[in-house]
Amino acid sequence: MPTFVRTEKCDGCKGQDKTACMYICPHDLMKLDMDGSLTGHAMKSFNQEPDQCWECYSCIKICPQQAIEARPYADIVPLGASVQPLRGTDSIMWTIKFRNGTMKRFKFPIRTTPEGSIDPYGGKPEADISKISEPGYFVQVNGFRAGNPAELIRK
Amino acid sequence: MAEFGNPEVIEEEVDILIIGGGMGACGAAYELGPWLDAAKKEGVDIKVKLVDKAAMDRSGAVAQGLSAINTYIGSEQDPADYARMVSNDLMGITRDDLAYDLGRHVDESVHLFEEWGLPIWKLDENGERHDGSKGMTPLKDGGKPVRSGKWQIMINGESYKWIVAEAAKKALGMDNIQERIFIVKLVNDKNDKNRVAGAVGFSVREDQVMVYKFKACLLVAGGCVNIFRPRSVGEGQGRAWYPVWNAGSTYAMAAEAGAELTLMENRFVPTRFKDGYGPVGAWFLLFKSQATNAFGETYMTRNKAMLDDYPPYGQAAVPASCLRNHLMLKEMREGRGPIWMDTVTALANLRETLSPREVKHLEAEAWEDFLDMCIGQCGIWAGENIEPEKKNSELMPTEPYLLGSHSGCCGIWVSGPEDVGAPTEETEAGVPEHLPSGWNWGYRGMTTVKGLFTAADGVGASGHKFSSGSHAEGRMAAKAMVKFVMDNKDHKPELDASVEDLVAEIYKPVKNFLEFKDYSTAIDVNPNYITPRMLQFRLQKIMDEYVAGVATYYTTNEHMLDLAEQKLEMLKEDAQKMRAKDLHELLRAWENYHRILTAEAHMKHIQFRQESRYPGFYYRADKNFVDEENWHCFVNSIYDKATKTWTCFKRAHVDLVDKSKLFKAASH
Repeated sequence: MPTFVRTEKCDGCKGQDKTACMYICPHDLMKLDMDGSLTGHAMKSFNQEPDQCWECYSCIKICPQQAIEARPYADIVPLGASVQPLRGTDSIMWTIKFRNGTMKRFKFPIRTTPEGSIDPYGGKPEADISKISEPGYFVQVNGFRAGNPAELIRK
Repeated sequence: MAEFGNPEVIEEEVDILIIGGGMGACGAAYELGPWLDAAKKEGVDIKVKLVDKAAMDRSGAVAQGLSAINTYIGSEQDPADYARMVSNDLMGITRDDLAYDLGRHVDESVHLFEEWGLPIWKLDENGERHDGSKGMTPLKDGGKPVRSGKWQIMINGESYKWIVAEAAKKALGMDNIQERIFIVKLVNDKNDKNRVAGAVGFSVREDQVMVYKFKACLLVAGGCVNIFRPRSVGEGQGRAWYPVWNAGSTYAMAAEAGAELTLMENRFVPTRFKDGYGPVGAWFLLFKSQATNAFGETYMTRNKAMLDDYPPYGQAAVPASCLRNHLMLKEMREGRGPIWMDTVTALANLRETLSPREVKHLEAEAWEDFLDMCIGQCGIWAGENIEPEKKNSELMPTEPYLLGSHSGCCGIWVSGPEDVGAPTEETEAGVPEHLPSGWNWGYRGMTTVKGLFTAADGVGASGHKFSSGSHAEGRMAAKAMVKFVMDNKDHKPELDASVEDLVAEIYKPVKNFLEFKDYSTAIDVNPNYITPRMLQFRLQKIMDEYVAGVATYYTTNEHMLDLAEQKLEMLKEDAQKMRAKDLHELLRAWENYHRILTAEAHMKHIQFRQESRYPGFYYRADKNFVDEENWHCFVNSIYDKATKTWTCFKRAHVDLVDKSKLFKAASH
């Protein structure tokens, strides 16, 4: 299901310091055609290698203009379906359109804390350098499973 | 002024370089902070840098999200139980020290994920399940997760990586992180060829080559995808089961630096929903669905006797993953396909036992399972008008994948924990003398090359770490790296190659292109160079047809492997003629070079191991049996970058936990 960019919606992220889809694509697929020499559409992005698209939807989810969609793989899937998300800060909404017109909508939570609110070391202890060679991390959050020593048959 | 073909060279010296941005790298980035502070108090100031070829918010195998955390031990299970499961699933040959160590640490990372904001499904006191946004008791305070299996817990994981990356980025500081830098080669130390001193790579965005020097390095660049011809060869080839950007960089760079690899013959051939490769775990384990042949017969029942051919691994309560494939492949080979996941019956059965509210929730759960981690499968269901309560879906074993964190165990041989009774000497003859003899040599996660550490997909002979375990393993390696740097604080790394030569080597595909591009009128057809894309097709064709890909139903023999060996050698030579017409293609060129080395290691290991250890994943038709007497051992290897040759050898396998416990329960 390679992604494609809707010509009328993409603004090349002109108002941003970088192009969102280029920034996020894990496989370096999205490319901004600065002068239109590659696609005929200047200052709009495109998927430069559709057969390498993992359809992870990272670009679709991040696009500020909602200009990116996915068209199911032409060599596998009958035409006519679409799966489109709208990702917010605490949930994501999905609209699924079947080839036969059936529609399904789902909303799922994605996060229980505000975006950007993580305080990685807040309320956490300092590391104890005398324990650097021992098992365990600098902090314990009730998840270390010491195990029954009798299970270690060679110790 | 830098331009294409004439890059700016940026040299930088740090103490620790992290290569990669996935779960392992994020774990390391998080754990490092307080240890760096502690080291500073001891008078050792440690500078760290993380480089990622993508953007950390969406890099690595968890980029798309996940619908479950597959490794959560819980207070009710023992790390030894986990080590036993890992061992049996991987046909008895894993490092118990590594699996046990991971098992005792992993829940610590899961508890942090929940604290940071990852929604984790919970069971209420009536046994009803709720999504992770309902503010129920956290796991660390005794909240009950929804177990989809003995080790798995369900999550609302669309933003899993985004959350974990936020913590990592804040912990390390964005000043110490650079994205879109692809490291392609490690550099050994001028004064010690068994030590790593640096790494080189390039920016995928600007004409820049990066040359780093360091005391220690964490190489966590994922597993390996697309060395075999995929079942879909058009647009759909991007729909790999594991992320298509995992190019074997971890294994290839480590091998070239001289690190000992282990179990590179191991592969994973997941059985998944056909074409979209959507996850089956929740369908089997949570929704209790059955997989059948075309006639509705459950192949695990019909072919149960085949499990007895592989004692004891077939006789555990849950037979090894490869053996489950083995039973399914019999149906396919003998013409009783297609294989179905009977979603219709499963959902109908659930409707009978669940409350009406839960039934309503059930449909959403089934779709979320795909939407959280494999959206493409939804596209296929929607395109083929499949509603799982009305129509069953096909299953299919995929093309082979190489990895060390999922249900696979290839990777790098690393130093393990010292307190679990691991061997301190080697009993197999033939291990090259410069390599360690026991299973630990001072620094957890360090490879056999001084200063080179790995985690996650990089650590071989363990497996079943998944996302949480990869994070946990990155954290363990981070601590050990701090110790290593403190112990080597006066060491000065010196590169064994000149910067000029390294830059020339990295940019060779660009030079090939610029030098010859005007020779022909068609940019892609030119006798002086090969495109990375065609080189990848050639690799995939060789691996598929000779090294037990889907073309031969995962079957090979020594004669086919001999041919593969010759063809791969020529392919490796031709890799020097790859072209790069832009930075994007330079990225692909180096990814494919890493793929070739990884594929070669895979082939050499299968050739060396005179048995078929993983029936259902691959078969040596000439050695189609499991030989416990002679081959219940690790197959390890080292690569000589000067002669470009591999040396394979055995290492003895030793159990550190009692495996017989797995089979006692199953005999009733």
